[in-house]
This record gives sequence, structure tokens and C-alpha cells, in this order.
Amino acid sequence: MSTPIVAAPDGFALPQEQRRFIKWTIYLGFIVLAFGVLNGLDQALNYAHIDIFRFFPGMRTYYQGLTAHGVFNAIVMTFAFANGFVALLVARGLGTKLNSGILAASFFTILIGTLLTAGAIVSGTASVLYTFYAPLEASWPFYLGLALVVISTWITSLNLFVTLAKFRREHPGERIPLLAYMGVATYIFWDIASAGIAIEVVVFLLPWSLGLWHGADPMVDRTLFWFTGHPIVYFWLLPVYMSWYGMIPRQVNGALFSDSVVRIVFLLFLIIIPVGFHHQFVDPGVPRGLKYAVAVMTFALFVPSLMTAFSVMYALEIGGRRAGGSGLIGWFFRIPWKDPSVCAQVLAMLAFMLGGITGLMNASYNMNLEIHNTTFVPGHFHLTVGTAVALSIMGIAYWLVPYLEQKELWSAKAGLVSSWLYFIGVLIFARGMISGGLAGMPRRTAISLIPYAEPPGWRLAGILVGVGGSMMFAGALVFFVVIAMTVLAGKRTQIADIPYSVTIAKPQNAGWELSLDRLRYWIAIAVVLCVVVYGPFLASQFPLQLNIPGFRAF
Amino acid sequence: MNHEAERYERFFLIISGVFLVGFLLVLAYTSVHMRVMLPGRVGTIEANPGESLAAAVFRTPPFNHLGVTKVGPDEYQAVYFAQAWAFFPREIDLPVGARVKFIATSVDVTHGFFIAGTRVNMMLLPGQISEETYTFRKPGKYLLLCHEYCGLLHHTMHAWVIVK
Ligand code: HEM
Ligand SMILES: [Cu+2]
Ligand SMILES: [Cu+2]
Repeated sequence: MSTPIVAAPDGFALPQEQRRFIKWTIYLGFIVLAFGVLNGLDQALNYAHIDIFRFFPGMRTYYQGLTAHGVFNAIVMTFAFANGFVALLVARGLGTKLNSGILAASFFTILIGTLLTAGAIVSGTASVLYTFYAPLEASWPFYLGLALVVISTWITSLNLFVTLAKFRREHPGERIPLLAYMGVATYIFWDIASAGIAIEVVVFLLPWSLGLWHGADPMVDRTLFWFTGHPIVYFWLLPVYMSWYGMIPRQVNGALFSDSVVRIVFLLFLIIIPVGFHHQFVDPGVPRGLKYAVAVMTFALFVPSLMTAFSVMYALEIGGRRAGGSGLIGWFFRIPWKDPSVCAQVLAMLAFMLGGITGLMNASYNMNLEIHNTTFVPGHFHLTVGTAVALSIMGIAYWLVPYLEQKELWSAKAGLVSSWLYFIGVLIFARGMISGGLAGMPRRTAISLIPYAEPPGWRLAGILVGVGGSMMFAGALVFFVVIAMTVLAGKRTQIADIPYSVTIAKPQNAGWELSLDRLRYWIAIAVVLCVVVYGPFLASQFPLQLNIPGFRAF
Repeated sequence: MNHEAERYERFFLIISGVFLVGFLLVLAYTSVHMRVMLPGRVGTIEANPGESLAAAVFRTPPFNHLGVTKVGPDEYQAVYFAQAWAFFPREIDLPVGARVKFIATSVDVTHGFFIAGTRVNMMLLPGQISEETYTFRKPGKYLLLCHEYCGLLHHTMHAWVIVK
């Protein structure tokens, strides 16, 4: 008595040509990730006082490499993966093919955007880090490239909406299949959330870098950045949630408990967009009351996260018990740990629990005063985006790349080695970063070059960062070898479909649950909330002071 | 199974709710009782047409008088400006037990103002005034750091607070 989360459960395959664009979009993400983690290694060693970045070809300063690391890993890789993976899942969920023209447009847009941004970073004219706070002023291809990378996600959402509209025409009165619902909700949410960064780049920074504005308004630019900079973390996370809800239950031979709970989780993320001010707790110019209000709203994020923890753990438990596990936690050891896709993603979930706890600490503004901009922060987010997301993406790749290539995975064993190396690595890394942060060690700092004596607590912390970071790098390297060998030398095989889950409590075709699919109303609520939180503050900034001159000494 | 799972889920959500409320209560306690406060809106500095931001800062009180001033018994005010890649003043002396209001701004890019091991942690934005108050209870040589990336020599940007 269980219901598949897709339409056309008997089988559906995308046209070959669409599969190819999806494949290359995702591979673009993996290629930039490879460059990104290489810089990660040099940053981790820097904190251990080993300075190797001057030997990197094309990278002259620590901050140039750090810009590449942040932009490639956190923006380009995650967006490229989402564009490819979510489009695939929505098409599969609906059992409907995508629009090929839009798919191609999205691919070429993100490709050109990536090349422009990467070119600017490598040329040394854009060492402004992935937050590019004005008045640090990068060369125009950096901003133009970023704008295109964001636009590629809008093009992808257009594709999803067109495909959904077609499904609704052909299946009047049917619920949106859960797998597709998650993907569409993710992109709707992101279309709203990305407005801040889009306005910042297109209206202010890009024209400014071309000489059309005389200066920048750092306060307004920062605020627009963090309007998007907070919810961007959901855009990193939600494609991975689609796997945790939509695939993992199947991969562990379990089942998803409830259809509607998943929809509610995605809607909660859609609604809790405007909390970016929690990244500005210690900024001047932002009224205190607003900071406190946002702090309380931020804690509401606890709810969808715990709902996810419950649903996913329950699915794992069903699978573990079916495999003969018993007792309070005995089932946990019976899930298929030998499957690298499951292993990587379950380890990623464990890291996410630690990430969630450290996230609560960041959000507690009293704690934030001690750790803002210390290494505590990268300690936290390498558990979340750096592992919960990145390691899950690696885990997904272990079935996705074989599916896209119709080839066997080159080595499951190597995949397991990679996952464990990365996971143990990040635990050591984060331990170092977090303790260093509590001892006042600043992030975004070429620690191997500081002119003052290190305060107590920094030395050990830095060594742990270096050791853990090197292990993460080694794990990532093994991952790239597995993927490259699968693509180049994998044995041909037939993989008919993707591993989608089933739900125990199926979607109802009547009653309150129907309102979950009326996305228009939820969009309205989300937009109103954004206007209520951000409107008065932004209005108070007028007339804008575009008079702070650009700064290019980097 | 269905029923059982629903019961577990409700239980789980109730526990989560209790935790959530507990966290918020602790936050409220530290704010009200321990007076841990976030910085708020203080003021802005605007350059006149043709004037540099640095010039505007130096004619705006209290930045026309940098450094430490005693403003009451055990109460001090420490006025700073930040410029890539240094703080001014570079070193200040304070007695143990001093309650100090740090007032700072930047004349070029975004800088950080962080005294390692304390709650003095703020961002300095060009054109905005930042303020935070802290009581030094222990003697020592405190490291004042720029903890926001501000260009090529960001990692060299520091100053000292000596508490005797
Ligand atoms: C081999 C794996 C990795 C290592 C060794 C590594 C290491 C580091 C280190 C040491 C820093 C701090 C640099 C500093 O503050 O000066 C850092 C920053 C960062 N990392 Fe990673 N990282 C890795 C993978 C990732 C991944 C997979 C992601 C995201 C998908 C990621 C996202 C970031 C971001 C966004 C920053 C902040 C950049 C900034 O402050 O501008 N990292 N990383
Ligand atoms: Cu946030
Ligand atoms: Cu700095």
C-alpha cells in the first residue's frame, strides 16, 4: 500500500538530447568544483601556517584563490548541479519531457557566465571574494558572469513552469507528483530569493564597474546581498533534500512516511526568505529592533529542518528494519552502507546535524557577537554546504552519472573510500575551525603571513584545519577519479529509470491538502513577508548615496 | 504502522517546539538580564560635494578627537578610524574594570573591528558609525583585528588594547 512519487511509474526516459544538456550542466559543476577544492587545500594548509598558494599557477594571492573557492564551489557548482538535477527530477516526476530550446539556453548561459567570472578571477582583477562587498570593485566580466549564472537559474525555472503547465493541461485535476512539486517549489522560492543579488549586480555593481555610477552605497549593496545570501543556502540544500526525500528512501529499501509533510517543508522554506539580516547582526546602520525580529524568525527554520530529520530518519529506519536490524538503533547499521551513494548521503546527514547545531549557535545573536567572522563560521558551513550538500552531491553522482552515461560505476569501493575520507576529514577540519573561532581566529585571513604572534589556541586549531582539510581534499580527489573513470572507461549497461521513492500516506485528492498545490497563494504570502521585513529598511535608505569610490588594491 | 508513525511524529514536533521556546527564552535572558546587546543604528557621515570621505570623517565629532577619553568614573570612550590596512590609534591603554564605548568608522572599504576573546565585534562601513560597549575585567594585551577582507594586506591589519 504505497504510492510512487512520480507520474508514469511504469517508466519514462528523457529524450537523448535533453539528457545530454543535463549531463553537461552537471559536469560543468563538477569541473569547477575540482578547481574549487584545490584552492580549499591551499586555504586549509594556510591555517596550518603552510603557504603553498604562491606556487599555484595563475593565483598570485591568497585572496584570489579564496575568491575562486567561494565562487566556484558555493555559486557555480551548486547552481549548475541544481539546474541539471532538478530539471531531470521535475521531468521525471511529471513524466513529461522538458523544452529542449530552454534547456540549451540555460546551459549556454551558465557556461558563458562561468567563463567570464573565472576569467576575471584568474586575471587578478576580481579578488573580491564571493560576497564582493562594495566598495571593493571587480572588473566588469566578474559581475556580468555572475549575473548570467543567476539568469541561467531563471531560465531553468521557466523550463520547469512550462513543463508543469503542460502536465496540468494533460492531467486536469491531478495532484502535482511529489518529486516534481519539490523541484518546482525550489525554483519558485529561488526566483523570489535571488531578486536581491540580481538588483545589486545588475542595477548597481555592473554599471558601476563600467563607469556608469560614480560610486557605491555599501550599506544598501550589503543588504541586497544578504537578502539573497541567506536563502541561497536553501537553494544549495533543497536539491539535496529532493534526493533525501525522493531517492534515499528507495535506495535503502524504505519508504517515505507522508507526502504532505514534505510539501509543507518546502513551503516553509518558501515563506522564511527574509531573514538575511541575521548576517548583519553586527552591522552599523541596521536598527536593533529589526535585528531582534529577524533573530526570532530565524529560529523558525528549526521547524522544517527537524521535520526533515524525522521523515528521513523514519525512512532509513524502515529500510534498516526490513534488512533485519532491531533495537533502538540497531537498524542504523543495517542500511546499505556498502552502497557509496547511500553511504555518502547518510554521512552527509550526520554532518548536517552538527551543522544544524552550530547554525543555531550562529543565529543566537549573543553567541554571534563572539564568533561573527571568526573561523567558527567556515567551521559551521563546511558541515552544511561543504559536506551535507557537497558530499550528498557526490553521493547522488554515484547513481546519476551511471544513469546519464548508461555505464556502470567504475568502482563502488573507491566511492566508499572517498566518502569516509571526506567525512572524517571534515570532522577534524570543523573541530579546528570551531575551536579556532572561539579563540578569536579570524576567517578570510592569510594566517600564514600575519605579522603578529598567534594568540593561544590558534596553533592547534590551525593544524587540525590543515590535517582535516587535506583529508577532505584527498576524498574529493578520489571522487573525481571515480567519476572520470566512469565516464571514460565505464562498462556499458542499461539503466532504465532513476531510483524514486514511494510514500506510505499518499496524497489526497480532496480536503486541505489541495491547498498545498495552490502555489500562487504561497507565493503571495512569501512576497508580502519580504516586503514587510525589507521594505521599510530599504525605503529608509533613500535617497541612495552612490558616492563611495571603488577600491582595487587586491 | 501508519498510526504509530503519526504518534511519533507528533511527539517529535512537540519536543522540538519545547526546545525552540527554550532557546528563545535563554536568548531573552541574556539580553535583558546580562545586557548582551546587538549594535543598532548610530549615525552616518556624508562627504560634501568635492570632499573626500576621510576629510568628512575628521571634521565630524567625535572623530576629530581620536583615542581614549575618560567620560566618567571607570567610563571611557575610545574613538577609532580604520583605513586599509591599519587602525588609528594603533595602541591604547586602559585600566582594569574600564567600561569602554568603542566608536569607529572606516574611510575607505568595509573593515572589521574585533577584539579577540571579547564580545567587541562589529563591522565598519564607509559612511556609517559603529558603536559597542564593553567592560574589561581582566588585565592583558588584547589583539584588535580587522576580520573582514579589505584587500591585499588585510591580514596585517591589527592594533593593541593594553589593559593594566
Ligand atoms: C577539499 C575540501 C575543502 C577544503 C579543504 C576547504 C577549505 C576551506 C577553508 C580553509 C576555508 C576558509 C578560508 C578563509 O576563511 O580564509 C574555506 C572557505 C570556504 N569554503 Fe571551503 N573547503 C572545501 C570544500 C568546500 C566546498 C565543497 C564548499 C561548498 C560547496 C566550500 C565552500 C566554502 C565557502 C563558501 C568558503 C568561504 C569563502 C569566503 O570566506 O569568501 N568549501 N574553505
Ligand atoms: Cu543565513
Ligand atoms: Cu581587513
